[in-house]
Amino acid sequence: MAEVIKLCQPGVISAYPITPQTHIVEELAQMVANGELKSQFINVESEHSAASTVLGAVATGVRAYTATSSQGLLYMGEVIFNIAGMRLPLVLTCANRAVSAPINIWNDHQDSVSLRDAGWMHFFAEDIQEAADLHLIGYRIAEDKSMMLPVMVCMDGFILTHGIETVDMPTQEQVDKFLPIYRPLYKLDPENPITMGPLADPDYYMEARFALQDTLKDALGLIPKVMAEFAKVFGRTYGLIEEYRTKDAERVIVAMGSVCGTIKEVVDEARAKGKKVGLLKITAFRPFPTQRIYEALKDVPKVAVLDRALSLGSFAPLAAEVKAVFFGKKKKPACISSFIVGLGGRDVTKDSIKEVLRLLTAKEVSGEFIDLKPELLKENYS
Amino acid sequence: MFGPLISKPGSSRNNKTGAWRVESRPKFLQQNCIACKMCVLVCPEGCISGTEKNTYNCDFTYCKGCGNCALICPKKDVVMVKEDPALLKGLGDR
Repeated sequence: MAEVIKLCQPGVISAYPITPQTHIVEELAQMVANGELKSQFINVESEHSAASTVLGAVATGVRAYTATSSQGLLYMGEVIFNIAGMRLPLVLTCANRAVSAPINIWNDHQDSVSLRDAGWMHFFAEDIQEAADLHLIGYRIAEDKSMMLPVMVCMDGFILTHGIETVDMPTQEQVDKFLPIYRPLYKLDPENPITMGPLADPDYYMEARFALQDTLKDALGLIPKVMAEFAKVFGRTYGLIEEYRTKDAERVIVAMGSVCGTIKEVVDEARAKGKKVGLLKITAFRPFPTQRIYEALKDVPKVAVLDRALSLGSFAPLAAEVKAVFFGKKKKPACISSFIVGLGGRDVTKDSIKEVLRLLTAKEVSGEFIDLKPELLKENYS
Repeated sequence: MFGPLISKPGSSRNNKTGAWRVESRPKFLQQNCIACKMCVLVCPEGCISGTEKNTYNCDFTYCKGCGNCALICPKKDVVMVKEDPALLKGLGDR
């Protein structure tokens, strides 16, 4: 990941180490120290400071980068909202990890999903190649003059951050062709002073928020265009969603992130046995591609939505939104079941996916935990 | 789409807070003033000015009528009086 960030040539990098993000920024610090990357690496005492530092850097009109995970992302929380609200096109890597308590350093999506309402674009990577490519696409979209919004590239902690895979690393020429030098629409400049993020009283605040909402709707149009341009330069195709063998499918699993690779294998095996199953991979969780999901699933009889995060006390986050897509629609799946998988790094194996398919019957289930160990649960603490 | 995002410096001059006054405004009597400048320091709008004793006054374009100057004056040389509607003309609605 550090290699691809180096190709993006950020002028300022600031980060605080946290597992499983550490080696990304550690490597970047090394590159800066070695003089391989002309960038300023600013060491800070916390994620709150790291986010504030890159906020300031982008505000002065320079491309910046940070990465974090779990508690670190939550600690950045208020600055995360500010970066979007101030319309600063930052790219952040979230090495997706579970959130305390209990403390857990392994993968699920609770950290970034908890910040879904901040105004950032959230792109989930299935494999390491996609994670690398989404950073290039991310900068290009974020810095588009019609967007000026931050992008969070979400990659599963350990599974992707520490996995070893052959990756086609683009050349600097290719990257420069696709991602031109960042020219900001506005910047902090002593020669032409402005105030960013000033107080907006009730006369102004609503318009600022409306503009964010409206721009994220426009992003649904821009993202596929930029991804098509990416395909022209690099030869790899991405989308807001990916429909994998869904055309005539009777059962489709909806999921985000690395688990999609496992699901594709299960789908292939089931298809070989004549079972009509498919996968709908959500790459863009924000903005949420409602229309594309509707088109992809409207004729599918049974849908299973996998969540690697919870909205405690309510429906699972992704499942709730997929269900909302079909509310009041004539054409819709007869059954949309919701499953919770792989929290805190519990492996989501092919057997886990087969269990989901087994439970995906006409009887709709909501928030069904897969691979739960009932022997660890007790009604009273004594 | 962009909303209100950035402001240029000096914009507070355009916000004529004098329109915020409702019932009363300060009156600088200029009789027992000792030029202690307490009123200047306490004014939230920074709209009080003066040099010598008994020369202090405020700019009614920005005076919100908060009364802090009258409260702090050690010589009771600033008093709050009933608002003069003529002074509010041309300041806008707020």
